[in-house]
Amino acid sequence: MTIGLRIGPARRRKDAGQEAGQGAAATDNRSRIRAFGLRTRLLLAFLLVAGVSAGTTSALTYREARTALLETAQDTAVTSFRDHAQQTAFSLPLQRGAALEDVLRDIARKGKPHPWVVFAEYGSVRASSGENPVSTVITPELRRAARANPHGSFERVVKDGVPYLTIAMPMVFKTSPYSVLPSGLVLYAVMRLTDEQVNVDALLVAARNGALPGLAVALVPGLIAARSVLRPVRKLHEAARSMGSGRLDTRIPVRGSDELADLARTFNESAGQLERSVRELREAEERARRFASDVSHELRTPLAGMLAVTEVLDEDADGLDADTARAVRLVSAETGKLAVLVEDLMEISRFDARAAELNADEVDVAETIRKTLQNRRWTDDRVRTDLPDGIRARLDPRRFDVVIANLVGNALRHGGTPVTVRLRTEERTPGTAVLITEVMDSGPGIRPESLPHIFDRFYKADAARTRSAGSGLGLAITLENVRLHGGTIRAGNRPEGGAVFTVGIPLHAEETGG
Amino acid sequence: MPRVLLIEDDPSVREGVELGLRRRGHDVRAAATGETGLAALAEFRPDLLLLDLMLPGMNGVQVCRQVREHSQLPIIMLTARSDDFDVVIGLEAGADDYIVKPARPEVIEARIRAVLRRIEDSGPGRPAIEVYGELTIDRGGLTVTKAGRPVALAPSELRLLLHLSAAPEQVFSRQQLLEHVWDHSYHADARLVDACVARLRGKIEDEVGSPRYVQTLRGFGYRFGPL
Repeated sequence: MTIGLRIGPARRRKDAGQEAGQGAAATDNRSRIRAFGLRTRLLLAFLLVAGVSAGTTSALTYREARTALLETAQDTAVTSFRDHAQQTAFSLPLQRGAALEDVLRDIARKGKPHPWVVFAEYGSVRASSGENPVSTVITPELRRAARANPHGSFERVVKDGVPYLTIAMPMVFKTSPYSVLPSGLVLYAVMRLTDEQVNVDALLVAARNGALPGLAVALVPGLIAARSVLRPVRKLHEAARSMGSGRLDTRIPVRGSDELADLARTFNESAGQLERSVRELREAEERARRFASDVSHELRTPLAGMLAVTEVLDEDADGLDADTARAVRLVSAETGKLAVLVEDLMEISRFDARAAELNADEVDVAETIRKTLQNRRWTDDRVRTDLPDGIRARLDPRRFDVVIANLVGNALRHGGTPVTVRLRTEERTPGTAVLITEVMDSGPGIRPESLPHIFDRFYKADAARTRSAGSGLGLAITLENVRLHGGTIRAGNRPEGGAVFTVGIPLHAEETGG
Repeated sequence: MPRVLLIEDDPSVREGVELGLRRRGHDVRAAATGETGLAALAEFRPDLLLLDLMLPGMNGVQVCRQVREHSQLPIIMLTARSDDFDVVIGLEAGADDYIVKPARPEVIEARIRAVLRRIEDSGPGRPAIEVYGELTIDRGGLTVTKAGRPVALAPSELRLLLHLSAAPEQVFSRQQLLEHVWDHSYHADARLVDACVARLRGKIEDEVGSPRYVQTLRGFGYRFGPL
C-alpha cells in the first residue's frame, strides 16, 4: 500500500513533464538523480517487508519466551511458598519475637528458585526474615487480594528498576474438606527476579541482533531484483533514444519470458515496422527524385538538338508566310524557355540528391558582384550598388553568381527600379563574421501571406500571373545555393517600401588567410 | 572560316549542331563514333575538335588522349553535366575547354572563337624571345623550348604560359585567368585553370611537386616565377 501511494505522485509528475514537452536530455538528467526512482522504491519495499517480518517474528518470540520464563519462575515460587507456609505450624495468636522470626527465616531459607524474604502480618503484628519488619515492595492491591483469595495471590512489581515477585499466602483453618476459615495471619514472600530479567534482556538483544542483519541481508535480493528490472528498462531507454537519433535498425535482445521481455519484443516489432515504413517512404522519395532527374536528363538530348537549330528558325522566319512565321517563332522561343526550365530542374534534382558540390575559391566579393552585373548588362541606373572593396570570402563563384543574378533579376522583374545591391560584413557572435548581401527593390513589396512561401518551388506570389519570365525555380535554387555555402537567406519588406532579400554567408577568414 | 570536326553519337544533337554551325559559316564534318572521328582527322585536317564525352565504344576521354599523343589540335568537349567527374578527366586528358549541352550555336561559336583566337602581341618594346632559366619562350614564333628541346603545348597551355610570363611574379586569380586566357566569364569553372596548370607543369617543370615556373599562391591564384 505504501508503495502504491508512492507510485502515484511520481507518475503524475512524469506525465506533467511530458506535457510540458521537455527535451530528452533533461529527462535523462532527472532520471540519474531521481529520489523515488524504481531502484529506490524497490529497495524500500524490500526493506519494509523484511523489517515488518523480522520485527513481528522477534516481538512474538520475545513475548512468548519472556512469559514462559517468568511463569516458570513464579509458578515454582508460588507452589513452593504455599507448601512451606502450610507445613509450618504457627501458634495463634501470634506473638512478636525471636521465635517467630526464626520460623520466618526457616521458610526464607527454603526459597525456590531464588532466596526470598518472608513477612508475616497478623493484626498489628509485623515480622520478617529480613531486617525490616514491613516490606516496601508489597502493594495495597496485593494485601486486598490476599484477604479475598484464601489460596494466595501474587504480583510482579518493579521498584527502583529492580523486578520483584511478591506472593501473599493467607493462613487458614480447615473447617471441612471444602471450606476454610481465615486465621488473620498472612505470609508474604518477596523475591528478586534479577536473573530472569537478565535472561529476558538477553532475549531482547538476541532478537534485535537477529533482526538487523536480516534487514541488511534483505538489501541483497532487493538490489538484485532492482537490477533485474532496471537493466531491461535502461536497455529500453537507450534503444528508444537510439531510434530517436535515426538508427532505425536498433533492436533489444529479448531474454526470458517476463513482462519486460514482452515489452522488449513489442519494442522490436514496432521498431521493425517503423524501419520498414521509413524504408518504403525513402525508396518512394528516391524513386520520385530519380524520376525527376531522369526526365530532365532525357529531355536534354532532344533539347540540345532543338536549341542548336532555333537560330535557323529565327533567321528564316522572315521569309515565311505570317502564320508559319508566328508558329516558328513560338517554337523557337518556347524551346529556349524549356531549356532553362530543364536546366533548373537538373540543378534542383542535384540538390535533392545532395550531389551538388561547392567549388569554393577565395574571391574579392565586390568584384564578383560587379562581374555578375556586368555579364547581365545591369550596369545602367536601374541597379545601384554599395560594394565596399577589400572584402574577401571563400565562395563558389559560379553559385554566388547564380544567387546574385537570381535576386537582382527577380527584383527587376517583380519589384520596381532602382534595385540596390549592398554588401557588408557583420559580427553576429564574437569571432564569427558573416558576409551580408542585401538586394532591395523600390516596388510594392511582397504581400505578407506570400512571404513564408516565397522560396517554394514554382510558387507564384502573384496569382494573376500564370507564367513568369523565369522557370519558377529561381528562388528555390538561390536558397539551395546559399545553404550549400552554410548561409541563410531571408525575404522581407522595408519599412520605407520595397522588398529586401538578405543573404548571410559565414566568412572563414582565418582558415583561408594562409 | 574554321574547319570543325564534330564527334557526337546522338543523331539529333549531331545534326542540330552541324546545321547551326554551318549556318554560321563553319566547315563542319560530323562523325558518330570516336573511331570514325579519328579516321577523319588526317583526311579532313580540322582546325578544332568538338568532342562528346559519352560515346559508345571508344569514349571521348580516350579519343582526347589519342589525339594529344601526336597533335596539339584545339579540343572542346561537349558534356551533359558540368559537375560530372568526366569533365575533370577530360580536362586532364588535354581538352582545352568544355561546353555543357544543350547549348545555343552562338555559345558554341563563342567558345570556338575563344580557343582559336590569335594570341595578341604582348606589346611593342618587348623582345620576341625571352629566357627564364632553362625555359625559352618565343612570343613571335609561339614556340617554347626547354633546355633546347621544343615543348609541345596545347593552345590553352601556351596561352596560359604566355599570359603568366608576360608579367613575371604578378599573381593572377583563377577568375582573372578564366577571363583573360579562356575568354570565359568571371564565374566560370575554375577547374579549367587548375587542370591546365597541372598539364603545363607536367611539360615544363623539373619536379611537378615543387614547381619553379608556375607557382601556386594558396587563396590567391598563380604566378610565374620568381625563379
